[in-house]
Amino acid sequence: MKIAVASGKGGTGKTSVAVNLALSLGRVQVLDCDVEEPNVHILLKPDLDETLPVELQVPRILEERCDYCGDCARFCQFNALFVAGETAMVFPELCHSCGGCSIVCPRDAIVEEPRRIGRIVKGTAGEIDLVYGEINVGEALAVPIIAAVKEQIDESAMVIIDSAPGSACPLVETVHGVDFCLLVTEPTPFGLHDLKVAVDVVKILGVPMGVVVNFAGIGDRGVYDFCEEKGIPIMMEIPFDRRIAELYSMGVPFVEEMHEWKQRFRDLVEMIEEMAP
Amino acid sequence: MKKMTILSGKGGTGKTTVTASLATLSSNAVFADCDVDASNLHLLLKPEVKETIEFKGLNLAVIDPERCIQCGLCEERCRFNAIHDFKVDPIHCEGCKVCVEICPVQAIDFVERICGYAYISETEYGPMSHADLIPGMENSGKLVTLVRQNGKKLADDGGHGLVLVDGPPGIGCPVIASLADIDYGLVVVEPTLSGIHDLERALQLLDHFKVEALVCVNKHDLNDENTAAIEEFCHEENIEVVGLIPFDPEVTKAMVAGRPVVEYAPDSPASGAIRSMWERLASILS
Repeated sequence: MKIAVASGKGGTGKTSVAVNLALSLGRVQVLDCDVEEPNVHILLKPDLDETLPVELQVPRILEERCDYCGDCARFCQFNALFVAGETAMVFPELCHSCGGCSIVCPRDAIVEEPRRIGRIVKGTAGEIDLVYGEINVGEALAVPIIAAVKEQIDESAMVIIDSAPGSACPLVETVHGVDFCLLVTEPTPFGLHDLKVAVDVVKILGVPMGVVVNFAGIGDRGVYDFCEEKGIPIMMEIPFDRRIAELYSMGVPFVEEMHEWKQRFRDLVEMIEEMAP
Repeated sequence: MKKMTILSGKGGTGKTTVTASLATLSSNAVFADCDVDASNLHLLLKPEVKETIEFKGLNLAVIDPERCIQCGLCEERCRFNAIHDFKVDPIHCEGCKVCVEICPVQAIDFVERICGYAYISETEYGPMSHADLIPGMENSGKLVTLVRQNGKKLADDGGHGLVLVDGPPGIGCPVIASLADIDYGLVVVEPTLSGIHDLERALQLLDHFKVEALVCVNKHDLNDENTAAIEEFCHEENIEVVGLIPFDPEVTKAMVAGRPVVEYAPDSPASGAIRSMWERLASILS
């Protein structure tokens, strides 16, 4: 069973939900796919076991073979190559590693070499196995790192996957292929606007979904009306509680201090198991 | 002309709340919402759209079943795992054109796809550039670039002295695109351990791209100890903390009312703090 925890809007409590859910269940695998700003490890404080590099294959031009015909630069859809006069340049940070340039080069003057763009880190916190990805500062492409984190999925385990915010490529890559998506939102106009966009994406991916309303009590009823209209179940409400916010600020998952929530998270998973195919 | 991007690393720290309030306090500024896949600034600034521009992203590969001989070469060579059973999955196709190139019978077309819409708008406070990404579409980095460039053009054409850019969360492609050709990056952080971790990565990013960093702590009274740690860290790094905004329920009420908080509740503690911050920013930006 693979459950993704996502949201359109940032800061609605994805990571908090993912971590508290994991701690309530005990033996699970947690994947942090918010590789631009991974935070699960700050709350779980794992013992780290292993770090693996994430690399992309990027082109290198063999000057001795290149005749500066420019076919590679014309072919590249990502503007990662530039050829003019007797100069051929690669902009590796723009390269998506499609391999097209080396296919079109008529003189076999392009070889591919690995370039490190981030890493994945594996660790354990009690019964929880954690894998998180981290993009190197200045690198643009989060998707290959998310894919590398997801390669570590333990198919036999209950897997909880924390997503990046937004509705673009990182969300798509994270949610693709999971059994269920929990969308965490806040009951405000911003939360509603971004929830609508995220719901559209999750629908396209064909993944069943439910909503967790965090900071319940602030804001307005817009999120509730939207979910009712669209038939999306609200599976949990977490009240706005200054104590929860303070615990989070100190890096303490709230189920550790407010034990009654553990059963609520276990009930949530039971509901998910009934809804997922 | 000065250009400042409001960013955060971690999402939901109050970028848009801050940007909208700065928009009302500024005079002669242009606003650009570069958080194109979760845009919210329009909910507060209520732009009236003057011009809509179709945004085409990278092309999409489409296999013509009539011409396809089902050799499977395209599936084998696609590095994005976007081809299965002689069909291209548009969600995973990055538009690299490799399949089009290697197909032995030229059965794959390479078609334009509209990924979103960019808008040129007018608000009560000044011109605004913003966009919508069609759900599930890629290329938000390129759409971000378009929104940022449209903002600059609006400022150039109208003789505006400031462009305020509401940035996306994170530190990847869309954030990098929102920082190109920018003078200042104002990082909005909350005093949580996660917030501090993400602040450090956001500051490294600004340093990497040689954008001058400024910091604002939102909900600073949520954890005084962490706020002090942020101030100390910034002091050591020679980064100015330009504002400390207290936790204030009026901020959410203003959002529900669809208005910038400094207008909705001018006497609230958060509004006072944002006005003080603007005074400091105005002198830095002038």
